[in-house]
Amino acid sequence: MRPFGYVSAPDVATAVRVVSTEPNAKFLGGGTNLVDLMREGVERPDTLVDVTGLPLTAIEELPGGGVRIGALVRNARLAADPLIRSRYPVLSRALLSGASAQLRNVATVGGNLVQRTRCPYFYDHASACNKREPGAGCDAIGGVNRNHAVLGASEHCIATHPSDMAVALAALDAVVELESVRGTRRVPLLDLHRLPGETPHVETVLTADELITAVELPHLPVAAASHYRKVRDRASYAFALVSVAAALHVREGVVTDVRLALGGVAAKPWRAHQAERVLLGAEATEEVFLRAADAELAAATGLPDNTFKIELARRTIVATLQELLTDGSAA
Amino acid sequence: MRINGATTVLELEPRVSLLDALRDELGLTGTKKGCDQGACGACTVLVDGERINSCLALAVQYSGREITTVEGVDHPLQAAFVANDGLQCGYCTPGQICSAIGMLAEHAAGAPSAVTEHLCEPDPELTDAEIRERMSGNLCRCGAYNGIVDSVREVAVAEQLR
Amino acid sequence: MTTAPARPDAPPTGTSGPYVGAPVDRVDGVVKTTGAARFAAEHPYPGLAHAALVHATIPRGRVTWIDSAAALAVDGVLAVITHENAPAMRPVKTQSVLDLSTLVPGSTVNHLASDEVHWDGQPVAVVVAESRQIALHAASLVRATYRELPSTVDFATEKRNALPQKKSVVDPGRAAKGDAEAALSTAAVAVDHLYTTPVHHHNALELHTTTAVWDGDRLTVHEPTQGIDWTRKHLAHRFGVPVENVRVIAPFVGGAFGGKWHVWAGTLLTVLAARVVGRPVRLVLTREGVYRTVGGRSPSEQRVALGADADGTLTALIHTSVTQVGRVGGGPEPATGLSRYAYAAENVLVEQKQIALDLVPNTYMRAPGEAIGSFALESAIDELAHELGVDPIELRMRNEPERDPIDGRRFSHRKLREVYALGAERFGWAGRSLRPRSTRDGRWLVGTGVATAFHPANLFPANVTVRISADGGVLVRCGLHEMGMGAATAQAQIAADALGVPIESVRVEHGDSTLPAAPAASGSTQTASIASSLLAACEKLKRSALALARGSADSPLRGAKPAEVQARDGGLHAARGGETYAAILARAGRSSLDAAVGAERGFAAVAGQVRFMSKFLLDRRRWVRAASGAQFCEVRVDAHTGEVRVTRWVGAFDVGTVINAKTVASQLRGGIVMGIGMALSEATVVDPRTGRIVNPGLAEYHVPVHADVPPIEIHCLGDPDPTMPAGVLGAGEVGITGVAAAIANAVHHATGRRVRDLPVTLDDLL
Ligand SMILES: Cc1cc2nc3c(=O)[nH]c(=O)nc-3n(C[C@H](O)[C@H](O)[C@H](O)COP(=O)(O)OP(=O)(O)OC[C@H]3O[C@@H](n4cnc5c(N)ncnc54)[C@H](O)[C@@H]3O)c2cc1C
Ligand code: SF4
Ligand code: FES
Ligand code: FES
Repeated sequence: MRPFGYVSAPDVATAVRVVSTEPNAKFLGGGTNLVDLMREGVERPDTLVDVTGLPLTAIEELPGGGVRIGALVRNARLAADPLIRSRYPVLSRALLSGASAQLRNVATVGGNLVQRTRCPYFYDHASACNKREPGAGCDAIGGVNRNHAVLGASEHCIATHPSDMAVALAALDAVVELESVRGTRRVPLLDLHRLPGETPHVETVLTADELITAVELPHLPVAAASHYRKVRDRASYAFALVSVAAALHVREGVVTDVRLALGGVAAKPWRAHQAERVLLGAEATEEVFLRAADAELAAATGLPDNTFKIELARRTIVATLQELLTDGSAA
Repeated sequence: MRINGATTVLELEPRVSLLDALRDELGLTGTKKGCDQGACGACTVLVDGERINSCLALAVQYSGREITTVEGVDHPLQAAFVANDGLQCGYCTPGQICSAIGMLAEHAAGAPSAVTEHLCEPDPELTDAEIRERMSGNLCRCGAYNGIVDSVREVAVAEQLR
Repeated sequence: MTTAPARPDAPPTGTSGPYVGAPVDRVDGVVKTTGAARFAAEHPYPGLAHAALVHATIPRGRVTWIDSAAALAVDGVLAVITHENAPAMRPVKTQSVLDLSTLVPGSTVNHLASDEVHWDGQPVAVVVAESRQIALHAASLVRATYRELPSTVDFATEKRNALPQKKSVVDPGRAAKGDAEAALSTAAVAVDHLYTTPVHHHNALELHTTTAVWDGDRLTVHEPTQGIDWTRKHLAHRFGVPVENVRVIAPFVGGAFGGKWHVWAGTLLTVLAARVVGRPVRLVLTREGVYRTVGGRSPSEQRVALGADADGTLTALIHTSVTQVGRVGGGPEPATGLSRYAYAAENVLVEQKQIALDLVPNTYMRAPGEAIGSFALESAIDELAHELGVDPIELRMRNEPERDPIDGRRFSHRKLREVYALGAERFGWAGRSLRPRSTRDGRWLVGTGVATAFHPANLFPANVTVRISADGGVLVRCGLHEMGMGAATAQAQIAADALGVPIESVRVEHGDSTLPAAPAASGSTQTASIASSLLAACEKLKRSALALARGSADSPLRGAKPAEVQARDGGLHAARGGETYAAILARAGRSSLDAAVGAERGFAAVAGQVRFMSKFLLDRRRWVRAASGAQFCEVRVDAHTGEVRVTRWVGAFDVGTVINAKTVASQLRGGIVMGIGMALSEATVVDPRTGRIVNPGLAEYHVPVHADVPPIEIHCLGDPDPTMPAGVLGAGEVGITGVAAAIANAVHHATGRRVRDLPVTLDDLL
């Protein structure tokens, strides 16, 4: 790892000021992604601004019934929070399915959202990677790409976003609050991450000096009946091949409200709007679920190693919706 | 930093991990390195009673915190590991033990896991499936998993009886 | 079934006493649970410098330019060693069975002696610095350019060019009886399929590490090795110093599984670097560095073809394999070995081919040959059973051989019928439906599977000394390897029983080349090999003790003959009474009594090796000796997603004598856990374009985690093999054999889907 400077920020104003004035500075959350990437030489900041001392660790109920989550809340704490467990179980489940207990104890909400892809070529300096080195090419296309994207990929990059939490947040219509020396702004989570296009190295709409300060969840009754299903190559401690975050409300056999998002399939948490459109107002049957999944995946394209993800996503969508239907929580 | 109850003052470059500080600077080699990438759990230590992977933790970030390594552990789990043969080569063992201590505390505080059936259950039962899921951040290549789960269950039951 | 009678010249097959067979706690349990056990990278040295490797990024070619300037400019860098400035090491010796240490180099490359690159990942430079952080950072600044030469790296496309493996004394590579192809073509029922297995890596949790300390031309090395003695000899040769000058220390090895058997580049380059900088040097490979410089298990393509009569009597068994070696090292993977002995087919053909590629040389990994060979053979048997509509255990029992099916040798201890009966009973196999996809439990398709486990038993010469001191304490000294098997514990149990002393009074010193040399810990041979010498040494010791006592007028053992004396209660006892060793020594005014077995040097050692090789070959001609078992499992497959979970396991084994019920069960479980990984998730992925390993880390190479592993029930027959020392057949490797097949068979039973390519992943089942 290259040497670098370290500043522990006492307050938000200092944090954003230092990052905007020091050249090549980065925020440091729990470090579980950043330190790893620095050790690999993929991230090469000159200064780290440690934000874990900032007072952004509250989980508060909002007047309208929503919830505001500080950006420095640890993943483990968020998952265990009673409010989240009862009103947004999909979020608890997504968090609990990610990484390991040790990592969840230090990983922060902000860091989890901005963590980078696990594409092996991205990590490997001997390989060509447009994300690591714009213009270098992409060794994953034509290489080993079992874990790569089937939706929204480009000819420049086919990486996926690895976060589980973000998939749940995508389903929940979360809003992200950002702070910089220029002030505060709010961005819907669905707009936070970008598809690769021609600039796969630009992964979010965040500017380099913008700090995530909070994530807000709207009041969302349907979320009380929600679930996260993560499919992977071993039973625990592995990234998703495909994951589904779903919330479903059914009355008299008809879908009255639904939220659906996919993980492991794209460079961003993938909100399944097409599928939701098919579902809403339709009968809650396996056949309709299948039709919804197919509508969402119509645009999916696979490579030799990862085409299976399309079928897997289809089946996982159906299985997750079925589960919500049969366990009674959706009614 | 307070390490195993004693205050230690260290001058370190920011890039030194907590793991390297413990092993190389302080000679506390009980905490192991198996990957340096957060992917094995051999480096698990307790920070203010919570388990973390010390390999991805920059030591500077933990100044002022209370760190417990296996050298500072005196816990019934240790005897249980020996009795249940919850180890073979012993390389993952310190991490497993620290992790299990943190895990029992998390469970006692009512934290759910990915296999907890009812998320809102305030006091989920510590079944074998729960132990296995909650301990999955600690790899054991020797495959001593059965003995580890037996040890954790035994100690958890004994703690509940107390 | 043939069980050979004990022969008069057979080695002592056991001891009677309270310890052998008991579930004794491991002797190092406390140091390992308190953090006190020091592993190889944990010994402090004043002035210790740290090394890091720079790896080649092409599969084959030459380094045209290597730029160390940026690395050298980093504060704290002591040296950057490349082929341009490295002092020479001696080249590797040609392999010879008379000096087994010649088998130990991981590759034939003389590292940093030239600009040649032979595989992607080969070290092209070593950086030495004041700290590990500095060394790693500086290593990332070393730039190399290459002239690439044509290379072949892709097993899948190259396997068709494989050539028959060269015959060797240990592995003939081919065996045949009758005309198997002809018999196959006329068989009433036949199956004929290809099975593939990928590269696997050991992933011992302890990273490969070396600490090298030169003092003049004396060298001390801390190295987690499975072969202390051969590593020592090899280093002495490479660095041109007398063997006596080299000390290798490895009291605890943090897992090895074959990966620490050879001497790999990192070890040599650390010793070299310590010479260059004139300070002690430590290298701890990164996990990626382990993948790039330490070989794994060869991938394979195997054909298994079985022909049978309508009643299931096998008429033809064909098992052929293609595996890979590196162009600069590695060796045959005896994938078809077990098919020689497995079934009483009238016509048999086994044949191994291999292909040399520009990749890091392959190496041994837990049950080389049998682990992957049993996947193919035991899947095929299941397929045949399915074709015939018979129970797969029944089919196996119908074809259980009386003698070696090819050359008629006797089995020393063939107990497959017994282990199957035991396992089936414990598992509840009876009444299982033959029909696939017949059980469903909610979202899960449930299936059960079974397969045979098999691993040959061997012996190597071991040197041991035993001492009894005046205080009654017993010291066993042997440079054996403690990598998790409980080796020191087992030998302490054996010594305690043999001498009739409490186990608490026995201490075993191990893991150091200053001790009498043990064989390398491989092939599940360590316990039996050392037990053989240890039992002989204890016998000698008892005779010396008796000799002291029987001549003494006031000893109750006066005049006693060896045959009537029993060792127990801390001493020797005959009909007229007995006394403790302490009393015997005290009366004789001796502070200790010693016995040594082996411990030969110079010409005697060479003669010893010749003697050993001839006995080895003679034994082979006389017996088929092997540990065996029956693996039973239940799997659940998610009907939607194809996720596979192993939910139940019963393993019934014949490992001969069980020295320690606790550690033997753990070893067998460990093998099964690794087998579960092999079956469902483990694969080292090599980029077919470049020969570069794509997933060199534990986040991407998926070894089983807690949640993947169900409770594993282990049962052992516990019946000694009459031809093996202490009756031990070895338990380190047999556990992994058969596991992948049992799982693939269970997956077939659950889903109706037959997967012949490992690992069985969910995309195979969608
Ligand atoms: C072995 C392993 C397995 C894992 N498995 C999973 C998994 O299954 N599922 C999953 O979802 N994740 C997984 N993870 C990833 C883990 O969840 C992330 O590393 C973690 O969430 C990142 O949080 P952090 O606080 O540690 O971020 P850091 O590592 O500190 O930072 C990550 C990035 O976010 C930036 N950043 C941090 N905080 C802020 C902020 N407030 N505002 C703006 N930018 C910020 C940093 O500058 C950096 O670029 C795994 C990680 C490892 C090592
Ligand atoms: S997929 Fe994206 S991250 Fe991976 S190599 Fe290609 S450009 Fe890089
Ligand atoms: S060394 Fe920290 S998780 Fe492996
Ligand atoms: S005991 Fe060896 S890795 Fe767990």
